[in-house]
Amino acid sequence: MKALKTALALLVGDAQSDRVVPPTGHTVRLTLFSAGAMAFLAVFALALSMATGRLASLWGDELARSSTIRISAPEAQVADQTAAALKVLETTPGVASARALTTEEQQQLLEPWFGNGLSLDGLPVPQLIEVVEKGDGFDAEGLRLRLQAEVPGATLDDHTRWRRPLVKAARSLRLLGALSLILIGGTMAAMITLAATAALAANSQVIRVLRLVGAQDSYIAGAFVRRFTLRALIGGAAGTAVGMIAVALLPSAQPEGGFLTGLGFEGWHWLWPLLIPPLGAVVAFVATREAAMRTLRGLR
Amino acid sequence: MIELENMAYSYGGGELLSGISLKLAPGSFHFLTGPSGAGKTTFLRLCYGDLTATSGTVRLFGRDVRDLTRDQIALLRRKIGTVHQDCQFLDHLPLYENIALPLTVSGHSEWTDEANLKELMQWVGLGSRARALPPELSGGERQRAALARAIIMSPDVILADEPTGNVDWEMSQRLLTLLVELNRLGKTVVIATHDLALIRAAKSQVQARVLRIANRKLQLAGADL
Repeated sequence: MKALKTALALLVGDAQSDRVVPPTGHTVRLTLFSAGAMAFLAVFALALSMATGRLASLWGDELARSSTIRISAPEAQVADQTAAALKVLETTPGVASARALTTEEQQQLLEPWFGNGLSLDGLPVPQLIEVVEKGDGFDAEGLRLRLQAEVPGATLDDHTRWRRPLVKAARSLRLLGALSLILIGGTMAAMITLAATAALAANSQVIRVLRLVGAQDSYIAGAFVRRFTLRALIGGAAGTAVGMIAVALLPSAQPEGGFLTGLGFEGWHWLWPLLIPPLGAVVAFVATREAAMRTLRGLR
Repeated sequence: MIELENMAYSYGGGELLSGISLKLAPGSFHFLTGPSGAGKTTFLRLCYGDLTATSGTVRLFGRDVRDLTRDQIALLRRKIGTVHQDCQFLDHLPLYENIALPLTVSGHSEWTDEANLKELMQWVGLGSRARALPPELSGGERQRAALARAIIMSPDVILADEPTGNVDWEMSQRLLTLLVELNRLGKTVVIATHDLALIRAAKSQVQARVLRIANRKLQLAGADL
């Protein structure tokens, strides 16, 4: 509680006391630019993190709920084997529904590779059956054995083989995004510390005069802390605004575009970047206060 | 108020002050004299806690300086007004804000506007210079401004280091008169100076004790003053 009060007193201050530190154009520009650039990068790291989070959940949950059975058989047997497979699925526990894809649907699936207007009549395309799970899902190994016995041309693909590495990759990317955010925060803290230390060193005479007239270290630190916190907040707000505009201008999510076109925020997730400027200000507050108190301890 | 007991101060391996004992009584007036480099400024800095004695004791308002944190010393310093030879202002602030600095740092910003300082600035003869920046002031104006800043918190003690060092005789007389007036108001005044003429001139205005630093020791000055 006391620490909170001290922090608030440091932040609030008053206009008169802020004037005791002379304006220094160089550190103003440096801090504003650093905070702005870091906030801009943070918006992208956040967008990356959230987009990969969405993908991981899509691949992890939605795809895990569906499987595909492929019927590869001589043309005359395809219909019979499809019907047999559907019958097996009807009596398989954990299967919510199963249906054979229509020729049009199979055509659509091949369109990205073969283009529009492809006729499947002359092609040996296997028949696909979409299986949707329920509850805890079905026993994939048991179903495979039954299909092997009753529908020789059927192959069950429960997506596990390719889903796992994708989910792993998406989760790694998400972690990378979060790590980037932490690194951005750390880099910003380092830059602000350097700028604050430089400003304090350049104002050693001011500090001497302030001490001479009875200023306590917390007062002197406060004057610097408020200045750098405000700059970080302004720079962060500008960088965040530009970053959000840039993300908004990215192509919107398209099934054809895959992951890259889905990089952005959806719905209320657009509120997340608004946390960046205040968080940047908190980083600046802590970094400047530490730098100021350390420097003041070292100055006689 | 300020008490030194067998105090010594060493710097760079050599002893600058040694075996100094002194008690500044409330309302007293002291001159501190001695040749350049004798340690007058060091003595004053020890008196307001800017330096720490190497041995012996310095007590500010009854508290041993060695037991105080820097923030506690800062609080005590508000009861001690200091005037330096080089004045030490914040060059980016107008004069009235510099004079009001002790009020600002002690959380009394509401009293620091120009109108509230008018009387004080007129008293030191700077009524028309309120908005001037320190580099625009003459030596005498800076000394008077430093004096105004030193007394704005109505301190119990005023320590002035060569307050007439950069001014002509007439101005030094004006500054002396201001310090004597403050002493009549009950303030303890210590003036470090090598200007013996100033000390002689003061003798007609105030009952002053003259101390001399020589050979690292503090002595009561002789009748030649």
